[in-house]
Order: sequence, then structure tokens, then C-alpha cells
Amino acid sequence: MSMEQQDKPVKTTGKKISRRTLLGGALATAILPVTSVFAKYIQVGVPAIPDPTKQPGPLPGKVGTRSPFENPVKKPSDISSRTPLQDLYSTITPSDLHFERHHAGVPSIDPNQYELLIHGMVERPMKFSLHDLKRFPSVTRTCFIECAGNFRTGKEDITVQEILGLTSQSEWTGVMLSTLFRELGVDPKATWFLAEGGDAAVLTRSIPIRKAWDDAMIVYAQNGEAIRPEQGYPARLLLPGWEGNTNVKWLRRIEISDAPYFTREETSKYTYPVKDKIRMFSFEMDARSIITYPSFPQTIERGWIEIRGIAWSGRGKVVKVEVSTDAGKNWNEARLQGPVLEKAHTYFRHLWHWDGSETEILSRVTDETGYTQPTLKQLIDARGKDIGGYHMNPVTAWRIKRDGNVVFKPESHK
Amino acid sequence: MLKKLKLRRSHALIFGGITIIGMVIWLWLSYQNKQKWPQTFGYGKTATQQDITKWDIDVRPDGKGLPEGSGNVADGAIIYTNKCAACHGADGKEIKGAKLPGPPLVVGGGKTKTIGNYWPYATTLFDYVRRAMPYNAPGSLTNDEVYSLCAWLLNENKIIKANQIMNARTLPKVEMPAQKLFIVDDRKGGPEVK
Repeated sequence: MSMEQQDKPVKTTGKKISRRTLLGGALATAILPVTSVFAKYIQVGVPAIPDPTKQPGPLPGKVGTRSPFENPVKKPSDISSRTPLQDLYSTITPSDLHFERHHAGVPSIDPNQYELLIHGMVERPMKFSLHDLKRFPSVTRTCFIECAGNFRTGKEDITVQEILGLTSQSEWTGVMLSTLFRELGVDPKATWFLAEGGDAAVLTRSIPIRKAWDDAMIVYAQNGEAIRPEQGYPARLLLPGWEGNTNVKWLRRIEISDAPYFTREETSKYTYPVKDKIRMFSFEMDARSIITYPSFPQTIERGWIEIRGIAWSGRGKVVKVEVSTDAGKNWNEARLQGPVLEKAHTYFRHLWHWDGSETEILSRVTDETGYTQPTLKQLIDARGKDIGGYHMNPVTAWRIKRDGNVVFKPESHK
Repeated sequence: MLKKLKLRRSHALIFGGITIIGMVIWLWLSYQNKQKWPQTFGYGKTATQQDITKWDIDVRPDGKGLPEGSGNVADGAIIYTNKCAACHGADGKEIKGAKLPGPPLVVGGGKTKTIGNYWPYATTLFDYVRRAMPYNAPGSLTNDEVYSLCAWLLNENKIIKANQIMNARTLPKVEMPAQKLFIVDDRKGGPEVK
């Protein structure tokens, strides 16, 4: 445990003891063993009450908190932070667990200073304040955002979060980009637009203008409240189904154009070898699924097990998820949790009776275009051995060991 | 005969009436729609040329957006050493077994993606370095410094000669070896894996 965590209780206990705390029974300071995985939470003042029916609890508060017995956390690296998909029970990602990927940290933007500039091939170049954006007719939509570089493999002891935790889902609210483009009088000859962020990377991506007329949005709210700084506060571009990097966060400028810009992010990054060529402007995220339960490091017991997971497609709706419990020999259609939304994580479930023998469990999704999630071998056959790390959506398997342990089945990448 | 005519007349009246009522409803609805979706909402402000100039720093492969100024390889070498080498290494090349904070920039022995073997346009260098580099002080380089860094990086990657000057006219003309490798996405859903 780090010093920082050990310091926490000192800070907390230094606070004035309120009436609420007194009434809430925080004085019943039974201390649980520090070796518990919940130790850092217990230390910050959660009492262990022997019988909660014998003592009133805390009064209503301003902001809710998770149960101290639940500890879903993102897994951060220097450049990204991954969603603990294995800890979630359905498809909305709690906002504080939404994955992060940024290229020069999270900027701090004053919403009162915020401006969005739209210019280029328009009749009237314009600036919009956050207040202006919020006044336009608004739309709410639930969809996933997935980073294009969302695949890790290579070892058995790896969680869903580590394999593909760079996908999350929120209910987003904002204004359709077409509503703004209509306001500006976009030149019908325009074919692309540049989206630019207001972070220290001043990140830019070129986007075909058809996406603006289709379903692109500028969103300022996530799961009912203002969008989080890590997700682009105060406003970001939302391109449903398209690779995460194009959903430019902290959006400050859009330039409408008749050609792409070939920015660093769309040339030296977010491109990948296909045989002897390099594929660029790969926008749509192809269909993908993964079993989140059972998965490493969970263990299972003999008997009935509900296999659970998520499936999604950047090209529309999920129409079918199949689950195999015998290493891919036979496939069974899983139940989909409705309503099934376009370009959205879709929850699937399949009931299975485990007899205790060693096996592999897998899932594969088919979307409404008729695309079925490929195996790693199919991807390598299509793209060549030098496949790279972008737009990798292979079928993945979990090995069920005789003792009930679940481990990932790593497949050779190269 | 007369009766038939009367019947026809009343039919005509009924159909005519329905048509007129329908048209009235249609006109009313379209008026209502117009009420709901005006020609313009009138939110926001017209952006001035000054507003645009302040933020419009993008550069396209055709050179659109490149500013005045120029740079050379010798100056670029000094700027690189002072402001870039700490993260990208002394000569910008991959160092086997070491992971530097910044990616390698200059073609070395291996297959690692660098400017020389992977970047399709030289203008992207100017655009990216000016907006985002150095990492700890983005946007701090002058246009001349950025042109010089472009010159040095292109020369180190053996794409331009050591005496070539980089400016708004010469940079877009630089042909990058990797440009011919790039293809536009051809995936389109459906049963085929691409």
C-alpha cells in the first residue's frame, strides 16, 4: 500500500464530525483486518456494524457513493485507462469508469470561456458558446465509443479489462452536427471537415462530411450530467460506431473543406499494414464480442452457469451472438438483452451446465450487415502477418480448468 | 338523369371538400413545422477573420495553411538537440532494448515505423510539430524553428539534401517514400473479412 493511501484516514478523521456522522453510527469504529482488499475504504471511516437492523444508518447526502465492498476501478497506463468490463452487469459504463485515451493529458477548460469555432466552406463562419450549443434542439443517444487500438493478448492471466477495456458506453446528449451545419450554410461542394481538440495535443482528425449529415453529434452530457473532463468536457464530437480517436474531445474548432488534411493521427497513427499496403481512414469499428463472465480471474463451480458478455458493431445493430462451450465445435445462439440499439454494446446471456471437465468458451457476433466476428487467423489471412494493433476484433476464448479456474487463451499475434 | 347529375354534384362537393380540408391541414402542418424549425435559430456569433486566424493552424498536403518563414538542416540540428533529443534520443533512431519517452523519428535498421518509412506527407510534420511539440511546451516553436526541424528530420531520413531550405513552397513538394503504400479503407461490412 502506498503512503498516499495510508495518509487518507488522517485527512478524513481531521474533518469536523457532523451531526450526520454521529447519527450515522460512524463512532462504531470496529476495525477490520487491514489485509482486506477493501482496507483503504474501511480506513477512511466505514464502520463495521454487526447488525444493521439494530442501528440507524447515515442520513441522505449530497452525492452518493459506491458500497465500500465494491471496488471497480479503471486500469491506467501513461496513455490510457481501461474500463473494468468484467465488473459491470449491463451495458452502460458508469461515467467515472469510462475508458480514457488522450494524447497530452486532460485539459482544464472553463465552460464560460469555451467557444466552438466552425469555419471554412460555409456561408457564415460562426462561434458558439457552450450556452449556445445547449440552446439548440437536443438529442439523446446511447452508443459505444471504442479505441481503434483495443486488443491485448499474449498471456493467460489477463482480464477483460486488459484485453479490450478501451470500449465503454454512455447515454450522450447534445446537438446534431447537421443542425449546426444547417445554421452555417455549408457549401454543398464540401466533402470533409477537420475536427480539432482544445487539449495540449490540439488533436485533429479529418472526417468525411457524410458523417455530419448522418448521425454525428456534438455532445455536452454523459449519462444525464455534464460530460466528464476525461471524456471531453465541456463538449466533444460523437461519431457513433467510428473509431474512438475520431470522436475528438474538448472540441474547439471545425473547418469544412473539400479534402482531408492527412494529420498525424490519421497517417502515422490509426493506420495499419494490409499485406504490402497501409490502410488509412478506417472509421467504422467492426463487430466484436467478448464473454465477461466467466473470465479471468474468476472461478466457477460445477452446475448451471449463466455465461454473460457484450457484443457490438460500429455498422449497426447486433443481430446474433453465438456461444460455444466446447472450444468452437458447436455454437448456440445466446439471448440478447433488448432493446438492441444501433452501434451499441448489447448484453448477451447463455445458460450452460458445466460438468467439471476442461473446456474453452467463446463468443462470436454477427451484425446487421451480415458480418461475423472473425478469428485471429481469418484476420491474419486477410491482412497479412504484419497485422499491427489497430482494428483487431478477433474471437477470443476462455479456458475453463478442471478446478474451476478461468484463464485467457492467448493466441499468437505475429 | 337529373338525379344522377345531382348525385355526381354531391360527390364532387364531397371530394372537393375533402381535398380542400386536406390542403388546409397540409398547409397548417407545414406552417407548424416551419414554426418548430426556423430558417435560423440565431444562436452564436459570426466569427471574425481574427477569430479564425487565431486558431486556424492546420496545414494540408497541398501546402494550404503553411505560413511564411523558412528553415534549414543546420539550424534544425541545434533545435532538435535542445528541444527534442531528451525524448526522441540523440539521433532520433530506435535504440535496441531501450524505450524512450518519444517514438523513433529516423529510419534505423529495423522495421519500426518512422517518418522516413511510414509518413505519407511532409506537410504533416509541420502541422504536428507546430501544434503539439515539444510535449512539455506545445505551440512554443516559431515557424522558422518548425521549418528547420522539418528540414533536419527529412534530411536525417535521407529524403532531402543537407542544403535544401524548407518553406511554404518547398515543403509540399517533398515526396515521401511511404506515400505510395497508403490505401483508403475498403472494409464495408458484410460477410467478407478484410
